Formats: sequence, structure tokens, C-alpha cells
Amino acid sequence: MALARGIGIRLVQAFGLLLAVIVLNFILIQLAPGDAAIALASSTGVGDPEYLARLRADYGLDRSLIVQLWTYIVNIVQLDFGESFYYEKPVFDMIMDRIGATVLLTSVALGVSLVIGVILGVYTARRPESLSSHGVTVLSLVGYALPIFWTGIMLIVLFAAKLDLLPVSGFEDVRYKGGWFGERLDNLEHLILPAFTLAIVYLAYYSRLARASMLEVLESDYIRTARAKGASERSVVYKHALRNALIPVVTFAGLQFGALFSGAVLVETVFDWPGLGLLAYESILTRDTPLMLGLLIVSAAMVIVANLVTDLVYRFIDPRIRVGGSR
Amino acid sequence: MTDTGVAIDVTEGGAHSAFRMFCRNKAAVVGAVIFSGIVFMTVVGPSLYANTAKEMVARPFLGPGEDGAPLFGTDYLGRDILAGVISGGRTTLLVALVAAFMSITIGLLIGSVAGYYGRWVDAALMRLTELFQTLPTLLFAMVMVTMLEPSPRTIALAIGIVSWPAAARLSRAEFLRLRELEFVKAARSLGAGDLRIMLRTILPNAMPPLLVATTLTVGIAILFEAGLAFLGLGDTSSISWGSTIGNNRGYILEAWWTVTFPGLTIFLTVLSISLIGDGLQDAFNPKLRGR
Repeated sequence: MALARGIGIRLVQAFGLLLAVIVLNFILIQLAPGDAAIALASSTGVGDPEYLARLRADYGLDRSLIVQLWTYIVNIVQLDFGESFYYEKPVFDMIMDRIGATVLLTSVALGVSLVIGVILGVYTARRPESLSSHGVTVLSLVGYALPIFWTGIMLIVLFAAKLDLLPVSGFEDVRYKGGWFGERLDNLEHLILPAFTLAIVYLAYYSRLARASMLEVLESDYIRTARAKGASERSVVYKHALRNALIPVVTFAGLQFGALFSGAVLVETVFDWPGLGLLAYESILTRDTPLMLGLLIVSAAMVIVANLVTDLVYRFIDPRIRVGGSR
Repeated sequence: MTDTGVAIDVTEGGAHSAFRMFCRNKAAVVGAVIFSGIVFMTVVGPSLYANTAKEMVARPFLGPGEDGAPLFGTDYLGRDILAGVISGGRTTLLVALVAAFMSITIGLLIGSVAGYYGRWVDAALMRLTELFQTLPTLLFAMVMVTMLEPSPRTIALAIGIVSWPAAARLSRAEFLRLRELEFVKAARSLGAGDLRIMLRTILPNAMPPLLVATTLTVGIAILFEAGLAFLGLGDTSSISWGSTIGNNRGYILEAWWTVTFPGLTIFLTVLSISLIGDGLQDAFNPKLRGR
């Protein structure tokens, strides 16, 4: 019951947050130089008076700000994100075409870095002075300092020019003619380099965090108690300690979704991975404002959903957090 | 971390021993040396090195070590990559410093008020923080820079605006923790007002973690600026590390050196900054060593 209520509160907060993002978008349009129609039409569309007139009508730009804001919110709630001037297609449809590729890329990168990071962290926390433990320190420093777009390019140089091992750009090989299974395998090959590039940064964060958190937990009183009552080392580490050590890692992962998407923009641009990030890059090149703003709203919505999921995972790991627990 | 309720003296003797602790961390000293070198190269280098980043100095695509090639080779227009590395940090470092300063200032303002006053003030400000934490930082900065015209000023502004939530959370936690301690209660019972308590009593004690956070924020801001420049959203009037990588991206299979050296420079800069950050962490909080 308390659990359901806690989740209900989070849901309401999530909707509030989404509404705030939409309002912020609206403010951004208002802040741009020139009137909103010119901002929305972007440099390519300004010369077209008919298009400007249509925009002004669509967004109710001749009326008061409050009415404009209301129109804007109603449009977005109805999934009408306007039309891309450059592609002459509804923004929402364009985003839906690309969203799958980004979800695939980011979730694989996140999953890989979380699993490997936690394994590394737990392993090295039990041997704090070992070589592997110092290795994690070095890895975390290096991973943090690497410009992700550069890492990607260097991997392309290595794997395409020198080794010729993996496909280096796009989502599929157009020459490939095979069955459904073969196509998926082809997609997977294309996924390896971009997902690995994106994962390096987070692997650096999570391995260090997991180690620090595990070290702290292993020193605590209840671990001493567990040892004293004769629990096996295996049970102490994996049953008693790991669960508590995971809490900061999950919290941190939850706070990183926005950053993860930022990384995806750069990685997708480098690898021509046809997701939202690449679409964002294209929208910047063509100054396609409706598309940019639509992407901002949808990606924020994705982050909000991801945070809700984290919250559920959280409640699952830590029974202390019940109703609207503070993070 | 345990609260002993004792104010940490970071001034005078405290600062001296903190400096000694910093020097004991060899990696941090190496970081400080590398970073000073990079700053020196960026500030003084362009007037010492013969070639400028924008002029054509040799045949395009000359690799390092080839006849007549500068140390790091030339790009697709025959420009000297080394010259770009030397002068390319100017805008990047300046933008990153300004952005980090903005980010910490906004974060400290919001976090300290939220942590000190608590209740509904805290709730409202934390919702605001959550909102900015939800926005995908890079995309939001890209949209802002595009809509407000790319210039070093708007880029610094955009980075500052998207990166403050971490500083706000940290300041809030510090103020929340410190306001309950004995010496703050003592100050209050002596009749000190809120502003005085926040600025004179709590803030100095919250400084160590904030200083470490500021250092790390500079590193993040450098990566951020480089990313924007790579995407073509940098200051178009000058050549930067990030824009060199972006401009040469199409030729990497013929000329790997055009992207390798600017990227290594960014990497070294951010690495040296985070080594310094680790050293500061050790200096201020020796208990967390090696974590």
C-alpha cells in the first residue's frame, strides 16, 4: 500500500517535471532574437512569408503570452510537435523513427558498464592494495578525461584502417542480403564500437564508485556481525554487502541518464548511428528549430521515464525507502 | 564520513598542512605540472611558435616525420596541426573557467539556500534542480547556443546553465550537515543573523568539497566546450582543439594525426585537472584517501 502510494507520488512528480520542461522550451523560444515565428522558422524558413504566417496561426502568436503557452502545451500533449521545415515532415514521426536506435545504444552501453563496473569494483574492493585495484583507479581517471568523440574516432582508425575487424559506421551493411537473423547479427556488429565507446566513460565511473562503496560497506558493523555469526565469506560479500554497496551506484546511474544521452549525441555523430543524437546533430546543421525543440522534449521525457524505473529498482534494493523517500 | 562537530580550520595553519598533503600525492603534483605546462603553452606559446593555426604552411596531409612536415603534420588545407594545438586551447580554457565559475556560483546559491532554510524552500529549489538535471545537458546547450548565436559568451553561458545541479546538490548536503553542528548553534545563540551564519560560519567549512568540485567542473566544462566545437558549435572565428577534430573528421583514414594530437591534448588537460582534484581531495580530507 505504502509502496503504491510512493510510486503514485513519483508519477505525479514526473508529470510535473515534464510540464516544466515544456514551459522551459517555450521560454527558450521567447528568448531567441526576433519573434517566435522567426525563431521557429529558423534561418532556412525566414524568407518564406507564407510559412511565417502559417506558423503564427499555428502557435497563436498574435495573441497574449498565456494563450500562446496554453496553445503550445496543448499541441505537445496531442503529440503535435510541429513540422520540420527542412524535411517537411511531422517532427513527432521523425523522432519515433529514430528513437529505437538510441534506446538500444544507450541501454546496451549502460548495462555493460554497470555490470562490468560492479564486478570490477567488488573484485578490487576485496584486494584494496592489489595491482588490479590500482588499475581501476587508473581506468577511472583515464575514462573520465577521454573526450568521447575522440575515443570513437580513434577506435574507427584502429578497427577500420589498421585491423579491418568491425564495421565502423551506420546501423547495417547495405550490401548484406540475408535472413532476419543475419540482419540482426549485422546490426549487432555495427553496435559494438559505438556501445563500447559510450560505455568506457561510465565503466570508469561505476567501477570506482562500486569499489569505494564496497570498501565502506565491508568495514561496517553489520558485516562484522555477519562474519562473527559464522557466515561464509561468499555469503557476506554477495548477500550482505553487495546489496548495500549497490545503492550509491544505482543512485548515481539514475542521475546520469541526461549525461548518457549527451554522450549518445556525440557517439552517434561519430559513428553515423541513426538515432536521436544523429538527428539532433542534423537539426543543428540545418537550423531546424522545431525538430531541435521536439528532440529536447522527447529526450527529457526519456530521462524522466528512466528515472522512474531507477526509482522502482531502488525500492526493490533498499526496503528502507518507502513513501516518497528522499534521494 | 563522521561528524565530529569540530570546525575544520582551512585558513592559515590548515592551508599550510593542506598544501603539504597535496604535495605528498605525487600524481597530483604531476597533474599540476602538466596543467601549468598546458596553460603556459596556450598563453605564451603562440608568440613563440613561428606558424599560426590558420595559415597554409606545407602540402596538405603531410604526416609527422615526412619531408618538410611540421612536428605533428598538416591537415587537409596544409595547416600546421602543432600550431593548432598550441593556440587551440585559448578559447577552450577561458570558456571552461568562466562556465565552471558560473556553474559553482549558481549551484552554491541554490544549494546553500535550500540546505540552510530547508522545508518548502528546499523542496521548491530541489524541484528546480531536478528539472535541470533531467534536461539532456549537451542537447540543451546545443539548442541554446544555436538559438542565441554561437559565441564564446553564449557557449560559456550554456555550459554554466546546464552544469550547476551537481554543485547545488553538494552545497545543499554540506549546508544541511553543517547547520546542525555545535559551532553554528553557538554562532546563532550569539545573535548572528542568517546571512552572517551562512557566509562566515558555514561557507568556510563547506569550502573544501566545493573547491574539489570546482576543479572537476573545469574539467567537465573543457570536455563540454570541445564537444560543442567538434559538432561545429564552437567559436567559428578561431581554431580550437575540438574544432580541429571536427574539421578533420572526414579524413581520418588518410590522416590520423590531424585528430590524434588535438584529442591527446584535451585528454591530458582534463586528466591533469582531475589529478589536481584528487590531490585537493586528499589534502582536505585525508580519510577518503584512495577511494
